[in-house]
Amino acid sequence: MRSRPWAGLALAAPALALVAIFFVGPLMMSAVLAFRGKDGGFTTEHFAKAFELYSTDLLFSAVIVVVSTAAIGAVAIAIAGYLTLGEHPRTQAILRWLYRWPLFIPFIVTAQVMRTFLAKNGMLNHVLIGGGLIDPLQAQSLLDWRGIVIAFVWKQAPFVTLLLAGAMAAIDRQHIEAARNLGAGRLRVLFGIVLPQSRRTLLVGLVLSFVTMLSVLSVPMMINPNSPTMLTVDIAYRINSHGDYAVANALCLMSLVLASFGAWFYLREAARKVERT
Amino acid sequence: MTGSLAGVRWGDTLARVVVILLLAFAIFGPLANLVLWAFAERWYFPHKLPQEFGLTFWARVFAPRGSALASLWTSVGIACLTVLSTLAVAVPAGYALARLRLPARTLILLVFLLPQAVPNLPVYVNIARVFYEIRLNGTITGVVLVHAAHGLVLAVWIASAAFASVDASLEEAARNMGASAWRCWTTVTLPLALPGLIASAIFVFLESLDEFTGTYFVGVPDVTTLPLLMFNASMGGNYQIASITAILLLLPSIAFMLAVERFLKADVLAMIGR
Repeated sequence: MRSRPWAGLALAAPALALVAIFFVGPLMMSAVLAFRGKDGGFTTEHFAKAFELYSTDLLFSAVIVVVSTAAIGAVAIAIAGYLTLGEHPRTQAILRWLYRWPLFIPFIVTAQVMRTFLAKNGMLNHVLIGGGLIDPLQAQSLLDWRGIVIAFVWKQAPFVTLLLAGAMAAIDRQHIEAARNLGAGRLRVLFGIVLPQSRRTLLVGLVLSFVTMLSVLSVPMMINPNSPTMLTVDIAYRINSHGDYAVANALCLMSLVLASFGAWFYLREAARKVERT
Repeated sequence: MTGSLAGVRWGDTLARVVVILLLAFAIFGPLANLVLWAFAERWYFPHKLPQEFGLTFWARVFAPRGSALASLWTSVGIACLTVLSTLAVAVPAGYALARLRLPARTLILLVFLLPQAVPNLPVYVNIARVFYEIRLNGTITGVVLVHAAHGLVLAVWIASAAFASVDASLEEAARNMGASAWRCWTTVTLPLALPGLIASAIFVFLESLDEFTGTYFVGVPDVTTLPLLMFNASMGGNYQIASITAILLLLPSIAFMLAVERFLKADVLAMIGR
């Protein structure tokens, strides 16, 4: 191209500035405030306090997000695998139409939907009782950690499935046909050939979900607001009830550390992809 | 022999039907429950279905001076302003990333990835603190800025993919026939990239319409968008109002889910992240 480099930079500058001011800046501020004492000096007292009050919730958040991510992965592999390797076109068409419904449904609507569906008098229990699967006395509310996991999986699994099914569809069919002709079962083909070739897409989708779930406020707040709960609810509580930005930022930094395991991987994959092209 | 084979096939079909039905229940059951609540006049435990159906709550939501209608217009207004301000910066950036020589291109792409790879809550918390000091808290401007920064990432990536999918030889042909750079851009590049740009506008619009966390911290106490109204109704125990509001938020999302492939053609999708 004949254009000079500064022309491109000038066009990209406003967008870069917006991200710098409204994303990178506040993020750095979070790191600074979490370590700054009342006198302006360095301190770790906010972290001590955050650990003392919320270490259970830190563990609770980590477990919920890990369990949800694993379940999302399992659902996505099952559905995308069947869409790729199934031998029943009509079932595949129905499945393809069916699984995507929650794709763009916002988290807050998911939370409201699950709040009624999973409640003690919700539709899930009525159907289980009506189907004779449980006694009316056994009906229990699922609005605790299980409700959060169900809401997360319901909302995020279609997204990961969409990405994964796309990656699987791009695989050379000849590999699959060859393995099938040699007598490999469909499960064997899925885990031996299809999944290894689409592994990267699956991991990127799971990491994006992992990070997203860590910062969703509405789902834990509406489904399971009482202790133990997720860090996001604690952060909102510190700010709204105490105006305590120091401890809130210490908690923010903890969730950033949790997320950084995923983010590091994601950025590495993305950078590799950019370099290749 | 044939009998047992037929038996296997029947069992196979049955298993398929059962799995599809279970999945259908898992997806539509929760949504059905929401619709039931939206039309329930009275619904007390342990009744399986509402004792009385009706439209009283719909009338209340759509009352000319009702707070729900006001929130709907606030939400739509904010979403439109967000789309305008986002596209104003995302289109040039997307074009630069797709077509121009950029120093440190990889680094710039990574900066635009960052908001996807990092939890947003710490960002909102600290923006709210700063906005509070400069009196942007509780203003439409403040909320639009937060939504725009969030929507920008997707918008830049999709816009860049849309421009990358335009055949460069068409632009060269226009330039060779004597069109000015501006004329070439407005009559060749922009029209060809338009479907992708519209898709990114819809994405940004929906993101803004559905955004909760940022508005929760920055919008209070004066800006009540639809998601905030839903949250307050739900926490206040008014499930009917919450469900009706949820349905209002659901409809555009589901319409977009069904139409997304019409806007985002495969050739654009393949260019995302290049």
